Amino acid sequence: MTRPVYDVAVIGGGLHGLSAALHLARAGKRVIVIERAWVGRHASGATAAGVRTLNRDRGELDLSLESMEMWHDMPSLVGDTCGFHASGQICVAESQASLDKLTSRVSSLQHDGYTHEELIGPDELRRWLPALSHHCLGASLARRDGAADPHRMLRAFRQSAEAAGAVIREQCGVTGIKRRGSDWAIMTTQQEWVVPVIVNTAGAWSARVAAMVGDDIPLATKSSMMMVSERLSPFIKPVVSIMGRSLSFKQSDQGTLVIGGGLQGIPDLDKESSTARMRVLAKGARAATDLFPSVRTIRIVRVWAGLEAKTDDMLPVVGPSPHASGVFHAFGFSGHGFQLVPVVGAALADLIVRGTTARRIENLSAQRLMATETAHKTLTEPSS
Amino acid sequence: MTRKYDLTIIGSGPAGMSAAIRASGLGLNVLVVDEQPAPGGQIWRAVEAVADTRTGELLGDEYRAGQDVAQAFRHCGAEYQPNTQVWQLEPGWHIYMSQAQKAEIVQADNVLLATGAQERPAPFPGWTLPGVMTVGAAQITLKVSHQIPTEPVWIAGSGPLVLLYMTQLLKAGGKIAGWLDTAPANSWRRGMPHFLAAMGSWRDMRKGYQWIKGLQAANVPIHRGVRQFSAEGEGRMTHLVYESSDGASHRVPARLLLVHEGVVPSIHMTRSLDCTHTWLPDQACLAPNVDSWGQTSQAGVFAAGDATGIGGARAALVRGEIAAIGVALRLGKINEQEADRLALPLRGKLAKELAIRPMLDAMYPPDQRVFQPSDDTIVCRCEELTAGDIRAAAKVGKPGPNQIKSLTRAGMGPCQGRQCGYTIAHILAAEQKCDVREVGFYRIRPPLKPLTLGELASLDIGDDLP
Repeated sequence: MTRPVYDVAVIGGGLHGLSAALHLARAGKRVIVIERAWVGRHASGATAAGVRTLNRDRGELDLSLESMEMWHDMPSLVGDTCGFHASGQICVAESQASLDKLTSRVSSLQHDGYTHEELIGPDELRRWLPALSHHCLGASLARRDGAADPHRMLRAFRQSAEAAGAVIREQCGVTGIKRRGSDWAIMTTQQEWVVPVIVNTAGAWSARVAAMVGDDIPLATKSSMMMVSERLSPFIKPVVSIMGRSLSFKQSDQGTLVIGGGLQGIPDLDKESSTARMRVLAKGARAATDLFPSVRTIRIVRVWAGLEAKTDDMLPVVGPSPHASGVFHAFGFSGHGFQLVPVVGAALADLIVRGTTARRIENLSAQRLMATETAHKTLTEPSS
Repeated sequence: MTRKYDLTIIGSGPAGMSAAIRASGLGLNVLVVDEQPAPGGQIWRAVEAVADTRTGELLGDEYRAGQDVAQAFRHCGAEYQPNTQVWQLEPGWHIYMSQAQKAEIVQADNVLLATGAQERPAPFPGWTLPGVMTVGAAQITLKVSHQIPTEPVWIAGSGPLVLLYMTQLLKAGGKIAGWLDTAPANSWRRGMPHFLAAMGSWRDMRKGYQWIKGLQAANVPIHRGVRQFSAEGEGRMTHLVYESSDGASHRVPARLLLVHEGVVPSIHMTRSLDCTHTWLPDQACLAPNVDSWGQTSQAGVFAAGDATGIGGARAALVRGEIAAIGVALRLGKINEQEADRLALPLRGKLAKELAIRPMLDAMYPPDQRVFQPSDDTIVCRCEELTAGDIRAAAKVGKPGPNQIKSLTRAGMGPCQGRQCGYTIAHILAAEQKCDVREVGFYRIRPPLKPLTLGELASLDIGDDLP
């Protein structure tokens, strides 16, 4: 029998894979990250990079709040801020009905002791967003939220993981996984590895990896489109969304406007690509110009779509495989996994190194999706 | 209501116009869209207004030939929409376009891309300084507004267009301070093996010979075998530095430098549609694969003219006609026998028009210098990244162009990689010691041309798309 050279194989070199590798390597595990294309090829490189607790589903809110603490202390984790600015996230209400929804959400949160969201009226809203159209009535605000630079983050997490001893193998696709004794043999396009522990962070392709170890987890695919403008001088700091419409709007460090919000292109998992639909993006452009009329003349220079997995209830799967011992899943972030990167890697490391975690992943088990078809549908949230 | 057509032609240069004329003649319902205000493309730019003027005379018969084609095009029955930018093509085929800040989607069963060529980007130190422009751009100024530089200009580069422009410039009363000929010193010898084949285009060869004679008669200082040159200056070009064939370095005052290193097919649209392409080593560029009717690997998407490989205006006219016949065949307007019968004389003509190409390709091979700029040379103008920046980023892993894009932002600006695509691919290939084909090329992201948020928003008509 081949003696394992690595303790853990992480399948998928996106941010979640890198975060898991980083935490595991720091905990003394010998880790290899197996990436089919290159680090950050899909969702991690295509993300709008919002760092958001605002409007988080209660099922992942505690985890998200812990992650936010880690974001504010990012240099101590990876030696870099990852371009994170806590410039706030704002969800704008254009109508009384929307404002009522925001109001009831914020008061319910406050009733349960959560203080990260607050309501602001039109005057304070104008101070945050001077260029905002005057039809907006108010907003909810999370001051400690913000946005980061995904490519800087990929670089920082990669370098930190490698510095901690993790090995990253790119251009290496997994073709099959088999039991070998109590270990797992992973067949790839490059070579075979035998490991006791597998972490499945394969993003949009996670269900395929799960199936290789016998887990049948229903997953859909998201192909969220983004558009980016030419550079302009700074005019907006927070990330802005609209209650009831698909929009996430921000200005990057480079000065470009980055506009997304979960508008969907056409995904193709086999071709590993997705096709943008400009007719659909027109809705995002409309929402952006409704909120900020002055951007009508700004030119869009690039559009793209990233691929990632979506679950039935829009919450991710984070935790051990129900049937395949030694396999741990972290995927299905459904459009809002970026902010969770630091904490999910830590939770996986807890589970793998200590067998348990105090981090709040109790709502994120794979079983909830596999058991029956009781679909507990929640509202579609804006993407991160 | 969405406008619907049998065929939408993008571009009204030689290929686009001749395709429109032939397709309309075959009873097709045709729309032609073009960015320019008048038909003619780049080669016959503004030909209707200029042909009968003094400028038309000095531009020559080849240019004025465009007038008849433009006139026939105007009267052929095809719908012609100038001043229009196509910024997205989606299967079906849906053509997204903007005119006067208003966006529209039209549907066509077939699309013909007659988008011509672009000058090969040839970065060198100082190429982004004001005072440096391309020969092609200078020639457009001559065509459109009869403008020639008032002071003597420096020219650097090689190829037929360089010779043609210098000839036209002298005729127009312009002065040439010097020509840095970057073609290999043995270019005529390299061309000789193809001489017999090229005899079919003897008129072109004679023309080229006359151009060179004319330059010599006008005492244009010709510096052969120049390998290196750069533009210097603070805020604008003030000096030209070059290395002559004997290795000596020269630095001369210069305020205007025109450069040209050949033309390459415009492949932005065929690449964005995932059409298959072939690398043409002689011209160091990609060209879409097309069948004998000009159809690409995507059913219903045709390409003609220089967009399928550089052949010049007369070849483009023929290729446009052949593609139109191919579209009519695909639509069932004519049967195969009829299509073959119509195309037969055209195929003979095309072979003749393309006969000189192997010789030109051998004489003017793209200079490797162009693909391996020095570390301090800017390669991505939009994001102001140097060749050194790209080489540094290429040190980690084995990145391809798309990974370099995420790592450095190269190719993310408004030109969407049209300027740096080939250069980046060549730099990566050299760093990884492999063939440029192996490292691949940028994926093309929409929109094909920048459009404003307002234009895009105008397409949202409040319907409920998923």
